[in-house]
Amino acid sequence: MISTNKGETVSIVLDGEEVEVPAGINLVDAAALFKKEIPHYCYHPQLSVAGNCRMCLIEMGTPMRDRGTGEPVLNDDGTQKIGWVPKPVIGCATTVSPGMHVKTISEKVTDCREGIMEFLLVNHPLDCPICDQAGECRLQEFATDYGRGYSRYVERKNVKPKRTRLGPRVTLDDERCILCSRCIRFSQEVAKDDVLGFVDRGSYSTLSCFPGRELENNYSLNTVDICPVGALTSTDFRFKMRVWFLKELPSICAESSAGCNIMVSSREGEIHRITPRRNDDVNDSWMTDSGRLLYKQVRSDNRLLKPQVKQSESALDVAISSAFESFNGKKLAIVGSCHSTLEELYLLNHLSKATKAKKYLRGHFGEDDGILLSADRSPNLRGTLLSGFANEYPKEDLSKLNDDLKKGVVDAVLVVNEDLLDSGVEGESLLGVPVTYLGTHQNTTSNLAEIVLPTLTSFEKKGTFINRSFIAQGFASTIPSPGGLLPLTQILCRLLSLSDEESKITADFSLIWKNLSSPPKSPFKGMTFTDALRGSLQIDGSKWNNLSFVEKKALHFEPQSSVLSSK
Amino acid sequence: MLKKSLTKKPEEIGEEVLKSGVRGRGGAGFPTGMKWKFLDRKSGKPIYLICNADESEPGTFKDRQIIHKDPHQLIEGMMISAFAIQAKQAFIYIRAEFFEGAKILERAILEAKEKGFCGDNILGSGYSCDLVVHRGAGAYICGEETGLIESLEGKRPNPRIKPPYFPAVLGLYQCPTIVNNVETLCNVKHIMEMGGENFSKIGKPNNTGTRIWCVSGQVKNPGYFEFECGALTLGEMIHDVCGGLLPGRSLQAVIPGGSSAKVLRADERFQGTLKDGTDFDWGIEDIPLDFDGPMAAGTMSGSGGIVIMDDTVDIVEAMANVNAFYAHESCGQCTPCREGSLWMKKITSRMCSGDAREEDADLLLSVANQIEGRTICAFGEAAAWPTQSFVTKFRKDFLAKAKSQKRKKDSMQLI
Repeated sequence: MISTNKGETVSIVLDGEEVEVPAGINLVDAAALFKKEIPHYCYHPQLSVAGNCRMCLIEMGTPMRDRGTGEPVLNDDGTQKIGWVPKPVIGCATTVSPGMHVKTISEKVTDCREGIMEFLLVNHPLDCPICDQAGECRLQEFATDYGRGYSRYVERKNVKPKRTRLGPRVTLDDERCILCSRCIRFSQEVAKDDVLGFVDRGSYSTLSCFPGRELENNYSLNTVDICPVGALTSTDFRFKMRVWFLKELPSICAESSAGCNIMVSSREGEIHRITPRRNDDVNDSWMTDSGRLLYKQVRSDNRLLKPQVKQSESALDVAISSAFESFNGKKLAIVGSCHSTLEELYLLNHLSKATKAKKYLRGHFGEDDGILLSADRSPNLRGTLLSGFANEYPKEDLSKLNDDLKKGVVDAVLVVNEDLLDSGVEGESLLGVPVTYLGTHQNTTSNLAEIVLPTLTSFEKKGTFINRSFIAQGFASTIPSPGGLLPLTQILCRLLSLSDEESKITADFSLIWKNLSSPPKSPFKGMTFTDALRGSLQIDGSKWNNLSFVEKKALHFEPQSSVLSSK
Repeated sequence: MLKKSLTKKPEEIGEEVLKSGVRGRGGAGFPTGMKWKFLDRKSGKPIYLICNADESEPGTFKDRQIIHKDPHQLIEGMMISAFAIQAKQAFIYIRAEFFEGAKILERAILEAKEKGFCGDNILGSGYSCDLVVHRGAGAYICGEETGLIESLEGKRPNPRIKPPYFPAVLGLYQCPTIVNNVETLCNVKHIMEMGGENFSKIGKPNNTGTRIWCVSGQVKNPGYFEFECGALTLGEMIHDVCGGLLPGRSLQAVIPGGSSAKVLRADERFQGTLKDGTDFDWGIEDIPLDFDGPMAAGTMSGSGGIVIMDDTVDIVEAMANVNAFYAHESCGQCTPCREGSLWMKKITSRMCSGDAREEDADLLLSVANQIEGRTICAFGEAAAWPTQSFVTKFRKDFLAKAKSQKRKKDSMQLI
């Protein structure tokens, strides 16, 4: 486990070199800090230490002290004598201590690794050609380094179940399993759904679900990610794509305000899977199963791909100017979206100023699972506040817009992503009201809208989301956008320049961030989009402490104390 | 004796045990007083005492006799020990197969409770300690103390990694725990009775007290025998105590301390210097039966299970039998033992079924070397030592097996 020490360090001797490492960490992590890999299977930095694979065996010694006097025992040359532990020790369960000597490279260590590799492979089916893990398999990798290249094993291999359905999304091949217990520990410790265990013993041990139970929690696919071999496979991804064909690009999950860091794997513009990306401040190495399915929206049947004016396809330029004409001079209502990026919201706010429009916003809320699916099911609610688009907490509907439409306070609507009819706006309130819809997918609002401007999914655009802990996380596009479409930022800029010919605002992200960070009390002071892309930026959100955010205590998230006390 | 002990300070009992020099009778021979000293008494957590009655080492049957014939000796020893470490709860973890023993113990505990020897306010001293019998479910690995603790907690008996889970600090329910063998705990009673000083005069220095030896195999009178440590040699045990070998047979091999101890070949000679500085030059029959004697001969007295094999034994089949046991009993938690023990079993089984190859001897040795010292618990050594010693000491038997080539249809059925 990564320790939470207060910046204390200890000095150890790693392969003859004296180095400073954080106190309390284990030797696998300590060696990794100096680009030395201690191979391991069962150890995972965010799970408890099991120490069962024995791959991380290394040599360790500590400075010797006289048992009676406590005085250091010295060599002839005056240096302190090192008492090497006669047996090799496992790096994952050995915590650094001052003066500790470690050998990660030695004849004995190599011999241990070769021995373990041979043992792991004797009953392994060696079916790499049909295994999904091939190409990202720790067994393959370490077999290259420490494998024999031939087998001394002439006995019959153990036979185990080849395709067990562990749950709706996970399929298990028991023959490939090396019994590292990562999945069991994950289910117990992170998902808090203890359903996995071993049955039988010795080499016949088999991973299995408890009788009558299934691995069906919303985190089940993380077991597939952490499985170091091809035993646990994603039923969705199984046999679909060779991993070496996949292009992996980082992004941010848009499922909820947790803001999981993700890796998007695509081939030729088509996403094949989404996996979590480690961020110890946000999601550790985990994400929800439901978040992994979001990529299916990219190519779903109801995706909007062509601009439309009055229900017929149109050129994008024509659609944009028609949109402007439809609300020009009218009392415009702009419905923003908590699914938009910070930059989009910033521009939308400017558009509302230029058109003197009234702003509306709704939230999307659900159950909080206390882990990585927060009650706020939108990625950027805090971005609506920080961009200046909103300054109060949104309700779950747009009934205020309905009232205003009925009263005639507004008589044109520009809506981003939201489905008005699903948000408490009555159909008759919209009669005769020109609606411009900017969104990725078809819905009842897009069906009745006068102008439809298709926008891009979070996989196809760049931007910034601000998560529940006020951490700003930038992301770039991971796949090319469908032909002929523009990002929402550019559409908004065009509408802005049509509304205000003086407007100097462009869709240049560095300029948007410059503007965001320039006000004297800006929470973005000194930050750029490049910073946000590079890593998590902690934003000071104390200004909104009085708002009743819906999120509950969860992984790396504490609700604001003031909010708690006000409840 | 319990009454007298309860009037002492708990630390005084610990001191007496330390003074007595008594070593653990479970197999490792670790000084009991020292083990108690490691106990974390300052944690503020409850302290537990566990009696390890999971006697499952092949060749060993001493604890069963104590439990069957004198359960109250164990209960008394346990209550004194529990008082010494200030445990409020004590367990007897008994192996599943000892259902008779479990019944006897349960009845004995009821009797002891009636007389106030255990339970609440023992003999009016104000000290209370409950004692329960917990039956295992049938696994050798439950004899490993951390595996036993896991099993007692209701989990799979996967031994824990050490560090950090030393039972004396993080044992049962993560509380300080002492696990002692049946015979060891019985000794505590005698230590208190005669005083640590006097107890240490029995046997030899560093090998104090008596030991129960379980002799099985091809001798006229197999059985269990209690002797002072070092009072007799292996030869005396075989010939004088057990009545010698069967007529017309000659000694081929001896396993001196349960199946995991390294085997001794009848014509081996052992030379060297003992810890006390005396030189020795022993044949197999000269090895003194204590802790240090077998150790000096490169093996161990382990749990005291002596297995005698005469010249009619097929060494490879004996090896196959031992390997089948360890492959069956490996818990499967860590890689070397899990895969290695089954691999060795498969090799020796194949050799016995007529498909032996000349390279098998070296392969067996290499596999065993890849297990030893690399596992979570001592099971790795327990599985590797027999193979290492059998193959090195009886190499020609293994090679002969390969040469004979003929298929033996009547070879023993292996598990």
